[in-house]
Amino acid sequence: MSVREADLATPTDEALAWLASLPVNFWLALAWIAVIILAASLADALPLPSPTDMDMLAQRQAPSAAHWLGTDRLGRDMLARLIYGARISLTVGVLAPLIGLMIGGLLGIVAGYVRGALETAIVATADVLLAFPPLVLALAVTAYLGPTLANLTYIIGLLGIPAFTRVARAQTLAFANREFVLAARAMGATELRILWRELLPNVMLPLLAFFLLAVAITIVVEGALSFLGVGVPPPAPSWGSMIAEGRESLEIAPQIAFLPAVTMFLTVLSFNVVGDTLRLVTDPRQGTL
Amino acid sequence: MRQAIQAAEAVGAGTPPLLSIESVSVELPTRRGPLRAVDGVSLSLAAGRTLGIVGESGSGKTMLSRAVAQLLPASACLSGRVRFDGQDLTALSPQALRRLRGRAFAFVFQDPMTSLNPVLTVGGQITETLKEHLGLDGAAAVRRAIELLAQVGIPNPEQRLKQYPHQFSGGMRQRVAIAIALSCEPKLLIADEPTTALDVTVQAQILDLLAREQRRRHMAMILITHDLAVVAGRTDAVAVMYAGRVVERAPTRTLFRAMRMPYTRALIAAIPKLDAPPHTPLPAISGLPPDPTRPSPGCAFAPRCASADAQCRKAAPPLKAVDVGAHQFACWHPLAGAP
Repeated sequence: MSVREADLATPTDEALAWLASLPVNFWLALAWIAVIILAASLADALPLPSPTDMDMLAQRQAPSAAHWLGTDRLGRDMLARLIYGARISLTVGVLAPLIGLMIGGLLGIVAGYVRGALETAIVATADVLLAFPPLVLALAVTAYLGPTLANLTYIIGLLGIPAFTRVARAQTLAFANREFVLAARAMGATELRILWRELLPNVMLPLLAFFLLAVAITIVVEGALSFLGVGVPPPAPSWGSMIAEGRESLEIAPQIAFLPAVTMFLTVLSFNVVGDTLRLVTDPRQGTL
Repeated sequence: MRQAIQAAEAVGAGTPPLLSIESVSVELPTRRGPLRAVDGVSLSLAAGRTLGIVGESGSGKTMLSRAVAQLLPASACLSGRVRFDGQDLTALSPQALRRLRGRAFAFVFQDPMTSLNPVLTVGGQITETLKEHLGLDGAAAVRRAIELLAQVGIPNPEQRLKQYPHQFSGGMRQRVAIAIALSCEPKLLIADEPTTALDVTVQAQILDLLAREQRRRHMAMILITHDLAVVAGRTDAVAVMYAGRVVERAPTRTLFRAMRMPYTRALIAAIPKLDAPPHTPLPAISGLPPDPTRPSPGCAFAPRCASADAQCRKAAPPLKAVDVGAHQFACWHPLAGAP
């Protein structure tokens, strides 16, 4: 009876087989994210022209050896602006959902496990925040406190908290009634240990997949705010503000608006693909258990 | 007479009982009103002995076992007393109870698919308890976990320790659950339908394993099942539950030689027989168990019982012994005793 099981693959073999089973678009998406992150973090070391240096003699140029992706309306290098813009998009795009993941996730797990009045309070607060039009709130806050990178991150992060709370609470509700929680309690586990060791690892998988989707959404939100002029102030480049500026020369040089739009599109798509794949991979494993 | 009954109540007369359940009732609030899941049950169990609790789904056997460990849902209302090793568990603080759990009594649950955490390694789940309850350090806990896995019959325990529950078969998972339950050397093991979710071939292995470990550790065991065949050869005494009450209780041999309660006989009759000719209709118990939120004044089994009369519908029979002190049953019209 035990022979078959003794022959089972070791955890590392199984992990390798699991990696090989992931689809091609997942790897392409991952590669694109890696390229963007590498370029953004190494921007200062790369042989790039300054993203803010204007050259009035070389406005709206087509791609050339000097400017690989051409120049914008003020003669600034497009490639440099795209890469430096990625810094802002990625910083906001990753840090803001991280705020949501940590605060919202924690609140959701506690609400789902402790129940009672605390749960009612957390869910009610989350509902109020969800009902508030997010763009209006973001516009109001950045207009009032100033459109700095930090303020932008905080406000988008705050807006993401209720969604994470809801996902975490729903997952916790589902797992808190599973027998392994009762089994842990029957073995004398403290409430804190049940939360930390039994529930958190189970709730974390779907939360992480949701986090990647939130990164994609946040990049779009940051772009929208920059497009509306309440993002990071010029001349610092951001994908959203680049699209806004390119709009003015759409008939003469469409690539100026088109390039940041495509970059943003590919990045958002990549985060969505990675998030979706991870969710698909982790879900059936949960289901079979 | 009274003393004779009390002595016989502790399965294994002579020794003081390790566990005594004294008129325990459990009420659960439901939308249709309070549900009496357990109704005035008294049982006792001596160290090293095995008590079988038999009953169909919803008869209150699981709620009774949860009441013993004070693991009831927060909304449940418990009355009566549970004495374990001289302590009244119902009067203990949550902290004191937590220290007892795992070390004084441990559980094996019905479904090993859900009683193990799917995202933690098996080793992690065993060592966690060892570190917390026995204060072992990491290396000692791993050594002990390997020992435990070997004891419950898992080959290659060193490698298996690093695997996740989904890499184990159902029977192997139940072995892991048993290893976790045994890890702190409990004095009482409560096995709640430990084989119901398993293959028939694996069932006997798991039951044998439980019996072996029980003998080795001189541990008391409560074996909860809906299957009379499971308790037949493996328990010292059996309590049959129906609608939250114990309706018949006797040493296992006595019970199987001469059951007195019509419900017990109906349960036995409902076991399919291998030597019966094909297409023999199975004598299933007709009707449904009573609605526990609407208790009747009479015997709860009366609506389904062939020998029920007006008396049965008017008053519930008490659980009492008639001839021999050890054999108790709650019936106005008991079946004939042993010849």
